[in-house]
Amino acid sequence: MKFLLSLTASQQVGLLFLILFGGLLLVSAGAVFLAMREKSPQDDHGLTRFAANLRALWIGAVVFWLAWVSGAAGATILFAAVSFLALREFVTLMQTRRADHRSLMLAFFVVLPVQYVLAGSRSFDLFTVFIPVYVFLAIPVLSALGGDPLRFLERNAKIQWGVMVCVFGLSHAPALLLLDFPHTHDRGPFLVFFLVIVTLTAQMLETFVSTHLRGRPVARQIDRTFGWQSWAIACLGAALVGGLLFWITPFKLPQAMVMALIAGAAGTLGEFVMTALKRDAGVNYWGNTGQVTGAVGLLDRVAPLCFAAPVFFHSVRWYFQLKS
Amino acid sequence: MNKADALGFVLAAVARLITGAQGHWKGVPPKAEQRIYFANHQSHLDWVLIWATLPADLRAQTRPIAASDYWTTTPLKHWLTREVFRAVYVDRERKEGGPDPLEPLVAALEQGDSLVIFPEGTRSNKGLPQDFKSGLFRLAQQFPQVQLIPCWIDNVQRVMPKGEVVPVPILCTVTFGAPCNLQAEEPKADFLRRARDAVIALKPGGAA
Repeated sequence: MKFLLSLTASQQVGLLFLILFGGLLLVSAGAVFLAMREKSPQDDHGLTRFAANLRALWIGAVVFWLAWVSGAAGATILFAAVSFLALREFVTLMQTRRADHRSLMLAFFVVLPVQYVLAGSRSFDLFTVFIPVYVFLAIPVLSALGGDPLRFLERNAKIQWGVMVCVFGLSHAPALLLLDFPHTHDRGPFLVFFLVIVTLTAQMLETFVSTHLRGRPVARQIDRTFGWQSWAIACLGAALVGGLLFWITPFKLPQAMVMALIAGAAGTLGEFVMTALKRDAGVNYWGNTGQVTGAVGLLDRVAPLCFAAPVFFHSVRWYFQLKS
Repeated sequence: MNKADALGFVLAAVARLITGAQGHWKGVPPKAEQRIYFANHQSHLDWVLIWATLPADLRAQTRPIAASDYWTTTPLKHWLTREVFRAVYVDRERKEGGPDPLEPLVAALEQGDSLVIFPEGTRSNKGLPQDFKSGLFRLAQQFPQVQLIPCWIDNVQRVMPKGEVVPVPILCTVTFGAPCNLQAEEPKADFLRRARDAVIALKPGGAA
């Protein structure tokens, strides 16, 4: 512990990534070893899914590492690119009409870059209201100018939602990276790491517990496994992991646990909401199954973060009264 | 790499960024054999999308059809279609007693190139494709050894609706079906209907 404290913040982050990539390497090596053994078709299916998840983890780890290495500008651009791909996937599965073309152009080519520029330049006051206030008005105005009244509210609501989730929500990840605490500098990467780990923990626990516990589903039509029991366990698990990680954050132990609870709860509930959205769009999985046009499965991976990041960011900023 | 290759590379990258350009090879693998791809036609981007979906080795030997009265009018359009896409030019207006409009296509197929054609002849944005023109039947008769691959291009009309110039990023797919070659003694109308049905059958989510 003394050794850890003697390192500078950036050395600590470096060490964190070293441990992360080391762990991933070990798991991957294990997976390669497992793949060479003989197995039943059922195991094979499980292994394929595991491999896909592992690949997503690798990509995620590399993205975060790149975000850290490349500094404020790089992180902003990187998350802007992820945002772009997620929004592209979201819009594909929503039935938009010809008259929405201009509003979609606005969303992709104006709102998205501006929001990330605001994040990158730490203008957090405008960053917070830009989409909910200004874009909220601009999108329906452009849509109305398109002159198509059919399903007007529905179409606009969908575009607004896509922008809120994929641009506003996700842009809080680089914003968190740039958030400055009064006494601790350059601790942003730890906060992002903390957020990602607790939301991932909550999400994985929720999936695991709900498939093994077989509790009573709350909303069978939307998600056959989501239940209050497994959700509570997932949130508590997130809080526990958050408590274990408190030393990398600017929080004290109880604060870290509460923040982790909030992030875990927001992430899992956000994922639940996305499931409802998928049911509405008529797909079971955003991923590319060959049956549905669009979707590369990116939205599946980032959805919990999209919901957890803004809640976490604003809780932290409000509680600690941070001005920048 | 010369200028045309570089531009082609950039165009394919942009098409990927905007549309994802996913190819679903359902009926055939992406193999470098001589083929005629025929697809539904909804947008100017259709050709670029199919082209971006193809692997690089197939891309080099697959050519589009371009109307000479439109694509040769300015030096830029002409250069783009000739150097980057190696288009086969056809005359849209058929003159009495003039040469057969399919002649350039026949010449290209004799050279061993693959073609992408839109047998509706024109862009349609009313859901299902219109009836197919007879050119496909005549090519199928003359080149029985060339595989005829039906393709369904999905979503591209949402990327750039008629009258708009800036494309919006929306994912598109091209689904490639099983070969649909002319059967012995099959009448023209039957073949064209079967070919159209083969294209429609590839539409994701059924032919609804």
